Amino acid sequence: MISRDFIGLMLRSPPCPQGEVSVSKHVAAPSFETPALRRSPQDEGGGARSILLICALACAMTSAVVVSFAAEIPLNERKSGYEFMGPESRAMQDDDTANPASLWVLDGEALWKRKAGTANKSCADCHGEASDSMKGIAARYPAFNAARGRPVNLDQQINICRTERQQATPLPLEGKELLALSAYVARQSRGMPANVTIDERTRPFLDAGRTTFYRRQGQLNFACAQCHDDNWKEKLAGAPITQAHPTGYPIYRLEWQNVGSLQRRLRNCISGMRVDNYPLGANELVDIELFLMWRARGMPMESPAVRP
Amino acid sequence: MARTLINVPPKAKKGEVIAIKTLISHEMETGYRHDNVGKQIPRDIITQFVCTYNGLEIFRADLFPAIAANPFISFFTVATASGTIDFKWTGDNGFSQTETANITVE
Repeated sequence: MISRDFIGLMLRSPPCPQGEVSVSKHVAAPSFETPALRRSPQDEGGGARSILLICALACAMTSAVVVSFAAEIPLNERKSGYEFMGPESRAMQDDDTANPASLWVLDGEALWKRKAGTANKSCADCHGEASDSMKGIAARYPAFNAARGRPVNLDQQINICRTERQQATPLPLEGKELLALSAYVARQSRGMPANVTIDERTRPFLDAGRTTFYRRQGQLNFACAQCHDDNWKEKLAGAPITQAHPTGYPIYRLEWQNVGSLQRRLRNCISGMRVDNYPLGANELVDIELFLMWRARGMPMESPAVRP
Repeated sequence: MARTLINVPPKAKKGEVIAIKTLISHEMETGYRHDNVGKQIPRDIITQFVCTYNGLEIFRADLFPAIAANPFISFFTVATASGTIDFKWTGDNGFSQTETANITVE
């Protein structure tokens, strides 16, 4: 699949670089999908790349590539990833008993009530029924955390609660338990509009996320916006590019055969861009999450969504 | 124990065709993959699923390594009488899981 993309890239570009190459908006981009080993969050984009990669890189580096950015997507043209899916995948998401993420939600419900840590407290001991107390919470994350002086995402907030309130060890990022809890909490916000708070405290982090989104980076000199603002109507290796609205996380991704967080998905994209990746939990990733949630403001939450 | 999700309509009319949906959490490790040091990851899959309706077998499926993790199995039957619908998944390494759903047929 990777190789095919690069063949596509090369076919659409002049053979190799003599002088300036102007790349249209519709140039084929490298795949963000890494099909190799399934279900390993640490393994995004790993594995051997072909000689084609080197050729493509050589082309990219010796060419002055000129691409102008389109504007941000107008609010009324925004579409959830759901709208890019086929009827079968939609049916899986529409029916909770067909959505495999429901298994994580059920696990999360059990964890919510389980006592943990030296405080011997459960989430429910402080927060009560999640169906009341957690309604709309996931739609507001990442949210500013005064103690840390910066926004934290839902997974980080769960671990803050765990260490400070329950006095338990933090749950491993991307582990089954943390995903189960975040899926359960996020489920309580389904249908509610994405609504992160942007004020003088969070704006610098929003701007940092926006800067990363528009900044060309990595070996391919590539920015998130080139796909998700400029080319969301196009396809990449036959799959829709989509607009990158994070309203369904954590998602059950069929490719992963597992539930994964937004950070896992971001790292997936970022490794496809051949960027030195940010580790799970990195502040840079949370800034991107904040920007993307702001960009999706007002769109209904679908968590836990199904995505191909 | 694996987490399951069963969807059987609690009530049906006699003779009605009903849809039954089952979902079970399972890795479905194929046995064809290798870890980061080249060691083969042993196969661990569900190999069989059986559904009985008041003791009578109404559906059976054999599962193979190509089936994705967390198998979702959906099928139809005719509501004949009130009673119980039992589900059993069995697989590698002694995996066994049973679930029961009740149905009222009017």
